[in-house]
Amino acid sequence: MLISVKDLRTYFDEDGRVVKAVDGVSFDVQRGETLGIVGESGSGKSVTNLSIMRLIPTPPGRIAGGKVIFDGRDLLALSDKEMRAIRGKRIAMIFQDPMTSLNPFMRISRQLMEVTQLHLGHTKAEAREHAITMLETVGIPDARRRADGYPHEFSGGMRQRVMIAMALSCKPELIIADEPTTALDVTIQAQILELIKKIKDETGTSVILITHDLGVVAGTTNDVVVMYAGKVMERAPTLELFARSGNPYTKGLLASVPDPTREERKDLYQIPGLPPDVAHLGPGCPFAPRCARAEAVCHETFPPFVELTPDHHSLCHFAHEVYGSSGLHR
Amino acid sequence: MAPLVSIADLKVHFDLGRRRTVRAVDGVSLDIPAGETLGLVGESGCGKTTLGRAVLRLVEPTGGKVLFRDTDIAQLSKSDLRRMRQHMQMIFQDPYASLDPRMTVGQIISEPIETFALAATREDKRARVRELMQTVGLSERFINRYPHEFSGGQQQRIGIARALAANPAFIVADEPISALDVSIQAQILNLMEKLQRERHLTYLFISHDLRAIRHTSHRVAVMYLGKVVELAGARELYVQPLMPYTKALISAVPVPDPVVEAQRRRIVLEGDVPSPIDPPSGCRFHTRCPYAVPACSEVEPNLVEIQPAHYAACIRISPEEPDIDRVAPGATPGIGGSKEQDPPYVRRPGLAV
Repeated sequence: MLISVKDLRTYFDEDGRVVKAVDGVSFDVQRGETLGIVGESGSGKSVTNLSIMRLIPTPPGRIAGGKVIFDGRDLLALSDKEMRAIRGKRIAMIFQDPMTSLNPFMRISRQLMEVTQLHLGHTKAEAREHAITMLETVGIPDARRRADGYPHEFSGGMRQRVMIAMALSCKPELIIADEPTTALDVTIQAQILELIKKIKDETGTSVILITHDLGVVAGTTNDVVVMYAGKVMERAPTLELFARSGNPYTKGLLASVPDPTREERKDLYQIPGLPPDVAHLGPGCPFAPRCARAEAVCHETFPPFVELTPDHHSLCHFAHEVYGSSGLHR
Repeated sequence: MAPLVSIADLKVHFDLGRRRTVRAVDGVSLDIPAGETLGLVGESGCGKTTLGRAVLRLVEPTGGKVLFRDTDIAQLSKSDLRRMRQHMQMIFQDPYASLDPRMTVGQIISEPIETFALAATREDKRARVRELMQTVGLSERFINRYPHEFSGGQQQRIGIARALAANPAFIVADEPISALDVSIQAQILNLMEKLQRERHLTYLFISHDLRAIRHTSHRVAVMYLGKVVELAGARELYVQPLMPYTKALISAVPVPDPVVEAQRRRIVLEGDVPSPIDPPSGCRFHTRCPYAVPACSEVEPNLVEIQPAHYAACIRISPEEPDIDRVAPGATPGIGGSKEQDPPYVRRPGLAV
């Protein structure tokens, strides 16, 4: 086990109210595996990973509970200094918008060199050679010459490659990629996903891939966590989740995505209503107001996290029934 | 029957000064029959948004014609154009930015009714607004609220109600679901389809989302650097894309099915889309095309009917030999099919004939 998140709770204090952005999230990532975290905006998927990296702005945010066991140590219990030694070295992040995470006034080479000079104690010359090697690894053409360019001289896809080069610089054991291809065109998205896969295969690093795109999840992950309103609704191996979901929200989400391989023009399944305001959740299941299966108990009592198989869990009063009726759909 | 909208050799060029010109749209011809959804797909910078705007003359075309019911939009006077806009409306990508934050929902939806004098009395107008709100799935209780009080999906519903208020025949929808969450996207797509059935609407549906395009469109046009490179029925285009760029585009679409994903072979294009300021000569895709031969950089390909009602712009294929993989072996089939016998993809431009 590389990383084990246990009952993580991240709350924000806003106008005297407590917003439970992440509320009892647990999952494990094995070495060399890719975990997908799927959710819509406000589901808490990004906050979960900012919490792992201890990058939650405090105040208004605070980690109210839980553990993040990384290679045997609880990251949440580390000093800031100890955490800095891990962040960027053993755990690296790739963000959605590379333009906002690269410094526009600094040459690409220097931004890459900073990382290895800090974490690996490289000399300037070593760091520079390493930076160029990394840029070549991620497929920047003519890397030696382009290394001294500024971020604005790179296209969106190339900037994302630079971010990946930076993330890989110290051979991290875990890469957290937060919507790494959302801002990119589909042919560039394919390039970046292929690159992440290739790197994973070659280096054996683990990946947490945060995305709203179920197609991306289907093609790149081993396991999936589905989040909604700060809760884990379902957790399962990817194949199982798509073939046999045990949660009404997951099933609704899967059915509402057009599948170009079997699509004819007919109405898509639609989940009625709107995602909830996390600051105003009732006592019951957060999805109950939009759920076709919901009964009185769903609105009144918080659902159990039901074990369907040893590695498949669903947060639902009727998990067994939903799982049973899923069969092997399609 | 004549198509409702007929675009002929449309050009939109932007002069950047110093003799530099962006050829955002460069000679596009498309017909849209009444009641059809024509999907327009392409990557950023391909000119799809500019084309959509030029069709409504929200940008001035540099050349060519846009016929709406046989009237050339490009030639209309300002006042005639304004009258014509009653029949041609637009739905925008960013619903919030497209709504005046100081107007209530009621005022926003009323505006086209007033502009085109579609209601005789105040009560009449009010009744129409309520009816429109109901049509798009907004509670009438919200009539006096302001746009910021709504979620993105609801704002898009307001934008759709406003477009419908003029009672148009034709709607250009420019990335109408891109800014919305997955569960809300399905709601808006279903709403647009319901409205099409009920009101016999004709759509030009512009999107970079190949899955949404496949779902909503009857026919699909693919754009690359200002040109339409392929045009076919939606199913046909996805199952059997002909032009190499379309093949790569379709193969790059992530499919929400891990079993399918595990079996697919992707054509991963190298490099980025070139700048439209100085687009490549000949076929604009030749710089990234795995099948390109020297002639591709010299000859500008026409959109040719390769198979019945299936048009593609590529000099290497023809009605006699529509399959580029037989002309030049390599690459992956479209979505849905899987040709096991395909040789592994060779990523090398300029394969010999």
